[in-house]
Amino acid sequence: MKHLLFAGTTIALLTATAASWAAMDPIATRQAVMKDNGAAIGTLAKMAKGEMDFDATAANLSVRVLYSGAAGFTSLFPAGSETGGETEASPKIWEDMAGFEAKNDDLLNAAASIKATPIADLDGVKAALGALGKTCQSCHEAYRIKKN
Amino acid sequence: MLKRVLIVLIALALIGAGAFWLVTMPRPLTAADLPDHQPDLENGRYMFFAGGCASCHATSGGDDPFHLGGGLELKSPFGSFYAPNISPDPEDGIGGWSTLDFVNAMQKGLSPELENYYPSFPYTSYQRMRPQDVIDLKGFLDTLDPVTSSVPDHALPFPFNIRRTLGGWKLLFLDGKQFEPDPDLTDEINRGGYLVTGPGHCAECHTPRDMLGGLERSEWLVGGPNPEGEGRVPGIAAADLDDWSQGDLAYALESGFTPTFDSLGGSMAAVIRNTSQLTAEDRNAIAAYLKSAQAQETLR
Ligand code: HEC
Ligand code: HEC
Ligand code: HEC
Repeated sequence: MKHLLFAGTTIALLTATAASWAAMDPIATRQAVMKDNGAAIGTLAKMAKGEMDFDATAANLSVRVLYSGAAGFTSLFPAGSETGGETEASPKIWEDMAGFEAKNDDLLNAAASIKATPIADLDGVKAALGALGKTCQSCHEAYRIKKN
Repeated sequence: MLKRVLIVLIALALIGAGAFWLVTMPRPLTAADLPDHQPDLENGRYMFFAGGCASCHATSGGDDPFHLGGGLELKSPFGSFYAPNISPDPEDGIGGWSTLDFVNAMQKGLSPELENYYPSFPYTSYQRMRPQDVIDLKGFLDTLDPVTSSVPDHALPFPFNIRRTLGGWKLLFLDGKQFEPDPDLTDEINRGGYLVTGPGHCAECHTPRDMLGGLERSEWLVGGPNPEGEGRVPGIAAADLDDWSQGDLAYALESGFTPTFDSLGGSMAAVIRNTSQLTAEDRNAIAAYLKSAQAQETLR
């Protein structure tokens, strides 16, 4: 239940204030979006692993969190935000914004298609986790650099 | 008088060069060193994933792990290497190689012409593999499709472009030891130790290198600057993994997700595409080795 509340609040916050946050501090904002992605994927992964009971509402809320996080995400990488704030964004993002946007679209599209036919059972959770997880890995492979 | 000094100096220089020539002489294995072994193709395919060959040799830009046209650029502080074609194509690849040629490449870093390979081909780890596993891998590679491709020459400045100088490097960093299980450890940890130190070549990225590009084996798996450029490779020695349970590590090697559900990226993403193909037992074994400081002392 706490999880539902958390996810719901996240969506509300993201849609209401993404623009103003971004203007203030794009690095902190994009990191916050990504932390929410981690929490959302975590919900699906725990269900898939059997560490959490299957719950269709929570699973589909997680997909919504990922969808709204990806919508407009690449605008959080304006010129001037290449460094600072312990960012782990790779300089390649600014060399190849189109490639970066394509990776983001992969997540957006994967989430959109699951939203269109919502998760109904545990197999659905596993399929969603596979489809969404691939997009996280492939963007982090190309456009993110661990610094410590 | 002066002439005599000169003669002595020249003689010394010649002896020095001769000594260098001798100590850096290639020492290949011979057919008699190989075990009598029929290749097990199933295990060969498994070793292909355990060894992560596709990460470097798959045709660059493609996503078929079995299309081994090479071409990937590997940046290093010494210059750029380009992974060669290792498909069975007789012209562009390694078709026509004998099993002995292949074992010498993987375990001695020597080409069929007995030239030294650069350690960007991680034979410092592959030397730890069981020769049977290497022979199985050769058998499997022979079953793949031949690929034609032209791969650029390595872009290396002098003196790094002289393969012979690598003979000296190998004296320092290629100890010639195969994996020896430690009888004080469980079978599971020994299996994990084999996979990490041999085919998995985890230390090639997770152990820092000295100025000559050799692994600092005294700082086993503690992580360090990324040799390919920006950022750092995190430490994965037991002491670095307090926040990870054995199960967390096995899950990360399967799915790429950390305990906080971050998704491992950078060059580790390709490693996970390989470890995700291993059995759950083997991923657990790797995790058990990573959690054991004792094992990391004896199995390096
Ligand atoms: C379009 C590219 C892209 C996609 C897709 C993507 N990420 Fe990220 N992620 C990044 C970048 C870039 C950073 C580093 C941001 C920074 O530090 O400025 C990051 C950072 C993170 C972090 C660390 C946040 C922090 O600072 O603590 C987590 C956790 C994370 N991502 C999880 C995920 C998950 C889970 C998914 C898939 C559902 C995902 N990401 C998909 C690009 C992406
Ligand atoms: C980290 C990247 C990397 C990985 C992983 C890797 N290789 Fe290589 N390999 C190279 C490079 C670079 C060379 C070229 C070395 C040179 O020219 O001195 C090479 C050379 C070779 C050669 C010699 C090819 C020739 O034409 O002479 C063979 C055979 C080979 N690798 C097989 C393998 C196999 C089998 C695996 C998996 C077990 C593997 N490699 C994994 C980078 C890699
Ligand atoms: C080609 C280089 C390379 C090889 C080979 C490699 N790693 Fe990694 N590894 C990395 C990088 C880079 C990261 C950081 C990933 C990121 O940026 O998300 C990493 C991260 C990790 C992590 C997560 C650590 C943390 O604190 O987040 C683990 C665990 C790990 N590797 C285990 C292994 C094991 C086990 C092997 C051998 C089977 C291996 N690695 C081989 C480059 C490599």
